[in-house]
Amino acid sequence: MKVRISDDALALACGADAVATAFADAGAEVERVSSWGMHWLEPLVEINGIGFGPVTAADVAEILNGGADALCIGPIAAHPFIARQQRLTFARAGKTRPLSLDDYYATGGWQGLAKAREIGPSATIDAVLASGLRGRGGAGFPAGIKWRTVAGASANQKYIVCNADEGDSGTFADRMVMEGDPFMLIEGMAIAGHAVGATKGYVYIRSEYPHAIAKMEAAVKACAHLIAPFDVEVRVGAGAYVCGEETSLLNSLEGKRGEVRAKPPLPALEGLFGKPTVVNNVLTLATVPWVMANGAEAYAAYGMGRSRGTMPIQIAGNVKHGGLFETAFGITLGELVTDIGGGTDSGRPVRAVQVGGPLGAYHPPSQFDTPFDYEAFTGIDGLIGHGGLVVFDDQVDMARQARFAMEFCAAESCGKCTPCRLGSTRGTETLDRVLAGENVDANLALIEDLCDTMKFGSLCALGGFTPYPVMSAITHFREDFVVRTKA
Amino acid sequence: MTLADILAVHQDREGALLPILHDVQAAFGHVSEDHIRAIAHALNLTRAEVHGVVSFYHDYRSTPEPRPVIKLCRAEACQARGVDALVDTITPNAAVKIETVYCLGLCSVGPAAMIGTDVHARLDATKLDALVKSL
Repeated sequence: MKVRISDDALALACGADAVATAFADAGAEVERVSSWGMHWLEPLVEINGIGFGPVTAADVAEILNGGADALCIGPIAAHPFIARQQRLTFARAGKTRPLSLDDYYATGGWQGLAKAREIGPSATIDAVLASGLRGRGGAGFPAGIKWRTVAGASANQKYIVCNADEGDSGTFADRMVMEGDPFMLIEGMAIAGHAVGATKGYVYIRSEYPHAIAKMEAAVKACAHLIAPFDVEVRVGAGAYVCGEETSLLNSLEGKRGEVRAKPPLPALEGLFGKPTVVNNVLTLATVPWVMANGAEAYAAYGMGRSRGTMPIQIAGNVKHGGLFETAFGITLGELVTDIGGGTDSGRPVRAVQVGGPLGAYHPPSQFDTPFDYEAFTGIDGLIGHGGLVVFDDQVDMARQARFAMEFCAAESCGKCTPCRLGSTRGTETLDRVLAGENVDANLALIEDLCDTMKFGSLCALGGFTPYPVMSAITHFREDFVVRTKA
Repeated sequence: MTLADILAVHQDREGALLPILHDVQAAFGHVSEDHIRAIAHALNLTRAEVHGVVSFYHDYRSTPEPRPVIKLCRAEACQARGVDALVDTITPNAAVKIETVYCLGLCSVGPAAMIGTDVHARLDATKLDALVKSL
């Protein structure tokens, strides 16, 4: 009997190794695969397509005896959480062994790279443009335009840099790609290299992801012969959130302080070591093989407006059914939180959802009809960012969340520009006065003014977007600031 | 691994400084003034430049941490799942260092923590206490 259990970091954190050992000890053949992304069920065990979860070592004997009905979820692929998704980037999730080249080949691996080599660089860039694929790191800039700029630049060396510095709380899709389907990301980088004429690629992974680092390093070694003359190297960050900003990341790769660079020059023209560089997020690059293998039109057929294709949405925080939900743009925030996420894990009413990481806005349930789409979220003074949702119940103190946003910005500011470096510290102090009930209206007016300065005066999104969580908390949850009855 | 070994492995790579500092931190538990001097010499940088990089990143320590370290996530998703209340339950334990980290990518099953490369999720007071005592 073959038993499939994920070996990604989240499954491990929930005790998957002990469960795998118990099955092996009982004589079962255990296969370690990627995670389906149904995190509330991890460790999830699959036997002949039937799922059991969350499983502990103590449940193993009962499962093997055909029992454990309480843990059985039936056929995994038919589970509503999976069946409702449109998985393109995560098509292999739960189904393949992350480091098996055989599994990757058998599930359509390397077809995108073969297609790109067949049609040539220019047609490859045309396909990425036609797919409408936009940067999944948060900025939403069309990937094809970036690639075209790098392709058009002349230089003796160009680079593909994969931004795997996934520091936003509430996001884990990059981690899941690197730990679950690493060859797909490498294939995407190789396609980018082929398209723009780059022979060297770097994956910059945050140090908080040791499992992703290990999987990527092993994967790079295993497939080096398949992507040559393109070459990929893994580099590890050092605990600086700001290095997720592309110019800061480039400085870090060069061995410098992760300070933000002023733009222009664009990294596409003067990037890593001053050379033309494609900097794309993990999800952007990981989506390219699908686009190449299945055609730009097929990808663009998903989505709404200018947000084409699908988004791997990450449902997190105080939510009953957290996990990875990939679907076409256009689904509403309310569907994601209530229908799919099942509301809060605590069972209390949902009060706020932060969308897009620590620099994203807090949204009240009155905005739940907003479709998941870059422009729609901009329209309600928010952003979709890297696609993370963090759900909070009615116990949350939104004034404290606003203060945390400022404090986080102060802790992580690179110090290069004044609005971010000083603004975040002064903002924290001013919010402390609000929390203490001192001149609340006057201090909130000061915060609003400060946020305006940070938004328009900061060099990058750290200082520039910190106003989103702060101002959305003040706008939608003003009662938490005005009456300080909470301790 | 000696410092000379580390330098020999990385010295000629593009952007060698961070890989060198990672290995120094791993081998010695910190990056000292002496390390900085030798690294600066090897990479033809000033000591100030190397110091600037070391002090910029949270991962590098100037003095070794003798105690085992638990990195506890205090970011928004773990806040939403009650990490602040969990922190209030911790009994001070001089033998263990509890450090804040912002996000381990385990945001749907927090509160989460990492010890070395071992990750732990769905922490409550009992589980965290057991972790602390296991070190």
